[in-house]
Amino acid sequence: MNVIAQAPAGGVGNPALNIGIFAAFVVVTLIVVFRASRNNRTAADYYAAGRAFTGPQNGVAIAGDYLSAASFLGIAGAIAVNGYDGFLYSIGFLVAWLVALLLVAELLRNTGKFTMGDVLAFRMRQRPVRAAAATSTLVVSFFYLLAQMAGAGALVALLLQIPNENVLGQGIVIAIVGILMIVYVLVGGMKGTTWVQIIKAALLLAGTAVITVWVLAIFGFNLSALLGQSVSANPSLTTAAGAEKLLGENLLAPGLQYGATATAKIDFLSLGLALVLGTAGLPHILMRFYTVPTAKEARRSVVWAIWLIGIFYLFSLVLGYGASALVPGGAQRISTAPGGTNSAAPLLAFELGGEILLGLISAIAFATILAVVAGLTITASASFAHDVYANVIKKGETAPDSEVKVARITAVVIGAVAIAAGILARNQNIAFLVALAFAVAASANLPTILYSLFWKRFNTTGALWSIYGGLLSCVLLIVFSPAVSGRPTSMIKDADFAIFPLANPGLVSIPLSFLLGVIGTYVGARHHVEIAKYSEMEVRSLTGAGSEKAVTH
Amino acid sequence: MSALNERSSESTGGTVYEQVQASPEFADLRSRLRRFVFPMSAAFLIWYLVYVLLASYAPSFMAIKVLGNINVGLIIGLLQFVTTFAITTIYVRYANKHLDPAAERIRERIEGAA
Repeated sequence: MNVIAQAPAGGVGNPALNIGIFAAFVVVTLIVVFRASRNNRTAADYYAAGRAFTGPQNGVAIAGDYLSAASFLGIAGAIAVNGYDGFLYSIGFLVAWLVALLLVAELLRNTGKFTMGDVLAFRMRQRPVRAAAATSTLVVSFFYLLAQMAGAGALVALLLQIPNENVLGQGIVIAIVGILMIVYVLVGGMKGTTWVQIIKAALLLAGTAVITVWVLAIFGFNLSALLGQSVSANPSLTTAAGAEKLLGENLLAPGLQYGATATAKIDFLSLGLALVLGTAGLPHILMRFYTVPTAKEARRSVVWAIWLIGIFYLFSLVLGYGASALVPGGAQRISTAPGGTNSAAPLLAFELGGEILLGLISAIAFATILAVVAGLTITASASFAHDVYANVIKKGETAPDSEVKVARITAVVIGAVAIAAGILARNQNIAFLVALAFAVAASANLPTILYSLFWKRFNTTGALWSIYGGLLSCVLLIVFSPAVSGRPTSMIKDADFAIFPLANPGLVSIPLSFLLGVIGTYVGARHHVEIAKYSEMEVRSLTGAGSEKAVTH
Repeated sequence: MSALNERSSESTGGTVYEQVQASPEFADLRSRLRRFVFPMSAAFLIWYLVYVLLASYAPSFMAIKVLGNINVGLIIGLLQFVTTFAITTIYVRYANKHLDPAAERIRERIEGAA
C-alpha cells in the first residue's frame, strides 16, 4: 500500500474499494429514485417535484447542487497549494447567496412555474424573451456540465488509477457516470434528482466534518498550530513550468495565486464580481426554488443552504491547510499528483484514515459529479422543453404530457453530448469554464432578473439587449482572453489571439449588460400588455397570490 | 388567472392586480421590502468589495499577525462568514415580522375575490 502511495504514478488507495463504496451509493440512490418515480406523471411532478419538498430538504439539496467537485476538491486543493487565495475564492461563493436570499428566491418562486424563462418572459413578449432565456440557460448549463465531466477524467486517473493514456478505460468510466445520470433524470425526474442531491450533500458534509475534526484534533484544536505546521512543512514549490515559488509564510497571506501582477489583481476582482453576482443567476439553482410549496419555504431553503455551504467552506479551510501540513511531501506532492491540486482532499483522507477513508471520499467525489450533472441536465432539458418547444415552437399550445416527453428526450441528448464532450475534454485545461458559467450567469441572467422584478419601465427590448449583450460579450471576451490562447496554461497553447488581458470577463460584461438593459428599455417601445402584466407580476411576486400550488397526490 | 382578471375588469375597469397594486397597503408592503433589501444588498456588496480590494492591494496589511499564526486577513475573511450568517438571520426575522403578515392579508383578499 505504501509502495503504491509513493510510486511515481502517484495513485493511492485501493481502486476496488473506491469502486465498491461508490457502487453502494449508486444502489441506494437508485432505489430511492425508483421509489420517488411513482408519482411522476404531470409536468409539475417532473420539473418541480410536485412542489412538495420542505424548505430544509430543499436547502440541503441546494447545497448538494452547489457544492460541485470544483468546490469540494478544487477549493481544498487551492488552499493546500496557494494558501489564503484559495480561501478568498470560497468567500465569493458564500456571500453570493445573500443576493439569492434578499433579491431573488422568494419573488421568483411566487412568479414563475418551472424555469427562469417563466419569470423573465412574464410581462414581456413571450417568444423572443423565452428564446433568449433558454439560450442563456443552455449555454450556462453546457459550460458547467462540460467542466464537471472533464473533471471526472482527472478524478478517474487519481482514484481508480486509470492513467490518462488509457483513453478507453477513462472513457468507459465517464460513460458510466453519464448513463447513470441519465437514468436518475429520466426515472426520477426532479424528485429523484433532489433526493440524490440530498443524500450526496449529507455524505459530503459528514465526510468533510470527520476529516476536519480529525485534523484539528491532531493539532489540539489549535488553528494557529495547524497554520504554523503548514508554513514550516512547505518552504517552497517548484511549479510544472519549473519556476520556484516561495510558500512558507506566504501561504497565510493573500497574493500567491492572484497577486503576482497588476493584471492578475484586476482579474481576481473580475472573478470576484462574477462569483458574487453569478450564483443567483445560475439556472439550475433558480429551478430548485420551484420544488417547494411557498415563497416562505423558498426563503427557508436559502437559509439552510447558506448555513450548510458556509460551514462546508469553513471545513474546506481546515482541509486545505491540513493537506499541506500533513500529507508527506506537502504542497509539492499535491500539485504534481495525478489530478493535480484536486488530489489534496483525497491524499489527506488517505493519510488520516487509510484506504477506507480514501474510498469514502472518492465515492463522495463521484457522487458529487453525478448529482451536479443530473441537476444541470434536468434544468437544461426543462428549459428546452418548456421555453423553446412548448412556448416558442408550439406557441404555448401543447399538452403537458408531450412537453414532459420532449424534456425526457432532451435529457438523453444532453446526457449523450455530456459523455462525448467529457471524453474529448479529458485533461484539457478547462477549469475556466466554471468561472465562465458564473460570468455568463451574472451578465446575461441576473441583470434581467433584477430589472424584471424591480423596474416598472423595463420592457422586451431591454430584456433582449441585456441577455444577448451579456452572453455575447462574455463569450467573445473569453475567446480573446489568455484563458483560451497565448499562455502556457491556455487551452490552445500554440496560438496567440489573446487581445483581452483578463481571463475573467465579468468586470466588463456585467456592467455592460446592466447598461444595455437600460439603453434597450429606452430604445424599445412599451407595449400595453407589458403595463397590465407588470401589476400582476409585482403583486404576485410580493404576496404569492396566484402562485403555483403544491401538487397533492 | 385570466378568468379572475376578466371578471374584475368588467366591474371596475381595472384588474384585481391593478387595484391591489394601487392600494396603500400594497405600497406599504413594497416599501418595507425595498427599504430592507436594497440598503442591505448595497452594504454586503460593498463590504465584500472592500475585502477583495484589501486582499488584492494591501496584502501586507492582511499578513499582520494578531494571534499566533492567525492574521488580519484570516480574521476579516472569517468576518465575511459572520456577517453573511448575521444578515441571513436578521432578514428572516424582519420578513417574519414585517413582510409575511401583510403579504398574507393581501393574498387572502385577492384569492378570496376569485
